[in-house]
Amino acid sequence: METITKPTYMKRKKDGSISLKSGSKSERVMRWTIILFILLTIVGFLFFDYTGLHLTTAITETAYNLKVMFLEPALNHFSWGEALYQIGITLGLAVLSTVLGAVIALFLSLMAATNLSKEWISKIVRIIVAFIRAVPTVLWVLIFAIAAGLGSEAAVLGMLFHSIAYLVKAFSEAFEEVDKGILEALRATGSNWWHVVMHGVLPSTFTYLLSWTFLRFEINFSVAVAMGAAAGAGGIGFELFMASGFYFDLSEVGFITYAILLIAIILEVLSTRLKKRYFPASVRH
Amino acid sequence: MVERVCTFFWAYSSFYKWKGEAIMSLLQVVGLGKSYDTETKVLENVNFDIEAGEFVSIIGPSGAGKSTLLRCINRMVTISEGNVLFDGANVGTLGKKQLRRLRTNIGMVFQHYNLVPRLTVIENVLHGRFGYKTTLQGVLGRFTEQEKKRAFYLLQKLGIEEHAYKRCDQLSGGQQQRVGIARALIQDPKLVLCDEPIASLDPNASKVIMDHLKSITSELGITCMVNLHQVEVAQQYSDRIIGLNQGKVVFDGSNHQLTDDRINRIYGTQTRELITV
Amino acid sequence: MNQKVMQKRKWQSTLFLLIIIAVTYLSAVITNFNFVDGLAAFPAAIGWIISNLLITQESLERLPTILEKLNETVFMSIAATTTAAVISIFLGLMGSKTTSLNGILSVVARFIAAVSRNIPVVAWALILLLSFGQNSVTGYLALFVGTVGFLTRAFIESIDEASQSSVEALTATGATYFHIVNKAVIPQCLPQMISWILFMIETNIRSATLVGILTGTGIGYTFDMYYKSMNYNAVALVTFSIVIAVIIIELISNYIRKVIL
Repeated sequence: METITKPTYMKRKKDGSISLKSGSKSERVMRWTIILFILLTIVGFLFFDYTGLHLTTAITETAYNLKVMFLEPALNHFSWGEALYQIGITLGLAVLSTVLGAVIALFLSLMAATNLSKEWISKIVRIIVAFIRAVPTVLWVLIFAIAAGLGSEAAVLGMLFHSIAYLVKAFSEAFEEVDKGILEALRATGSNWWHVVMHGVLPSTFTYLLSWTFLRFEINFSVAVAMGAAAGAGGIGFELFMASGFYFDLSEVGFITYAILLIAIILEVLSTRLKKRYFPASVRH
Repeated sequence: MVERVCTFFWAYSSFYKWKGEAIMSLLQVVGLGKSYDTETKVLENVNFDIEAGEFVSIIGPSGAGKSTLLRCINRMVTISEGNVLFDGANVGTLGKKQLRRLRTNIGMVFQHYNLVPRLTVIENVLHGRFGYKTTLQGVLGRFTEQEKKRAFYLLQKLGIEEHAYKRCDQLSGGQQQRVGIARALIQDPKLVLCDEPIASLDPNASKVIMDHLKSITSELGITCMVNLHQVEVAQQYSDRIIGLNQGKVVFDGSNHQLTDDRINRIYGTQTRELITV
Repeated sequence: MNQKVMQKRKWQSTLFLLIIIAVTYLSAVITNFNFVDGLAAFPAAIGWIISNLLITQESLERLPTILEKLNETVFMSIAATTTAAVISIFLGLMGSKTTSLNGILSVVARFIAAVSRNIPVVAWALILLLSFGQNSVTGYLALFVGTVGFLTRAFIESIDEASQSSVEALTATGATYFHIVNKAVIPQCLPQMISWILFMIETNIRSATLVGILTGTGIGYTFDMYYKSMNYNAVALVTFSIVIAVIIIELISNYIRKVIL
């Protein structure tokens, strides 16, 4: 067999065999990340609080519960009309926080986009947004519930915060991708900042902004299920909470779960279509 | 000429030894037809034989069925009608294990190289050895030192040894295609199928690649089938040219038999200037 | 002609705007949302936050307990995400067009993913709470199920995008399915997958807080306890420690992403 004449480029491992890996930084970091994941997971299971857990009974019971829920869904404590009304409340909370969030995010993202704003303003907005994102929505809602009283105001304001944070990030990235030429051309004609935004930036990013807003609406729906209950604003989540926590009515839990699932899947299908239509493959989340 | 006679005798003697019967070609395509749906036929009644050690170009307009033809030979697509006989085996009826063995004996080179971009060049070359591995060996990534040395040897032959530890996506198109050729050669194939190997390359890189492909046949005696859309390149490099149009063989002969008139027949109404760009 | 198109566009956007306003108004009516109250509540709430949510010396004494609970929550999120990722890799391989073994399995994988991700984590938590009781396992499972759904979809997309051509090439060399998955598909998609896992860990820490309130575990429970006893200084400290934890994890994952992608 032919052999290699000058093995100048061959790398060898410690044991003398020929190495195949390049040993680049990204490979090392990936390996360490995976090792870290495994270690943290093992430690995590040791940290768990296992009070009152009987695994075998829990699993069989859950299997039974799931069977009742998904195979025998029924409404016992309220009517169809009531159910629709509660779903309406949840959707309403999602709409309000999304629409208000989008309007506020629009202004903030103009300040956060590096090509439209001063550097220090953009930095400040980004830091505030990062902070808002780090606080879980439920904490915002509960904090607002004390300050503004229980009700839809607390739920919407609490959800608003995360919607704004999410949309500012998405919007400002969209603005930053606007062709430099368009901005330059408008500025060269002596347009002021508002003109540039109204006639250059917004028209070329409008569909993008709308798609992102709808994606957030999809997220907000499932957030609203929980937050309506937490803030005392009601909604389908509150009914779910009552059915499972007070009436222990599994059939009703099943019915409500189906209702949530149905709406969530409709929203997902719609937003997937929007994504496919308006987003290039590179930017998804 | 001497080469061809040698290969002929080699093929003759080897078959005679194994089969004890009359000479058989390396590849026989008999009445091959292929359709993806009920309406359109991509290939229709294709017949030809290819002897061991031949360098054959397949030309024709885009959509003529060139890619499908190659993929029928290693059954990357199922065969609808007719038979493909490779090395005595009927490709269309092979079981799963035999199909794997068949594919091990047939190397393939692609237009878009089809490498794993994140892996190193040497890893990509060694992927060609999977056909010889059990699942466990392959999953563990066990390659013998001999295989690794052979991979380096091939890279050296193809002039890209210094890039062995680079990620494939850091290489130029021509270099990536050479990795693809190395991957096909490390299989120790009897036949190499090349699907538009130079369609995404600039003229310089194209020449390098075609020279390498030609040397596979002339130096290693491995049979080559190359899909091309440049007639000039086909005429310059191959012993034999097969012209396809709308799924049918409209020309099969040596390169000097391919006259302008016949080229026009292959490409139908299209003008010559258009095709050779 | 051009003017007509412009006119039509203008009409369309006006109509669109009107619909949005109408839907918003309807939402406000159905949810009993008062814009004026909401607007007024905002500065009042901010004022309240500034004057009440202060970290005092006294609340700092609770820091060790809070950190312990926070640890529990962080580890629970990581454990839920990584174990879910392992399942999702299999579901992803089954669901993706390039690597699926057959059509039925592919549909099954996509169906499981769609159901588990579209039922909100809270709903899973409430369902599991019934028989698993108030402990970490309930929260873990709720996060696990939601994460499987999300990651499976993400992995299917990554696999579809990244590996079609190399799968073809390796099939042509005679490689087996497991060779192809292990040596071409996974290496190519791994960075994307790790990036998604990191994203899910961040998300799950936030969801874990909510789940913790329901299941009586982790930092969520601690928050709820102080919240209900109106110990707002401790509430502030809990919130702040969550923020710090999330931001640290975000910075680490941003670094990892930058290196591997």
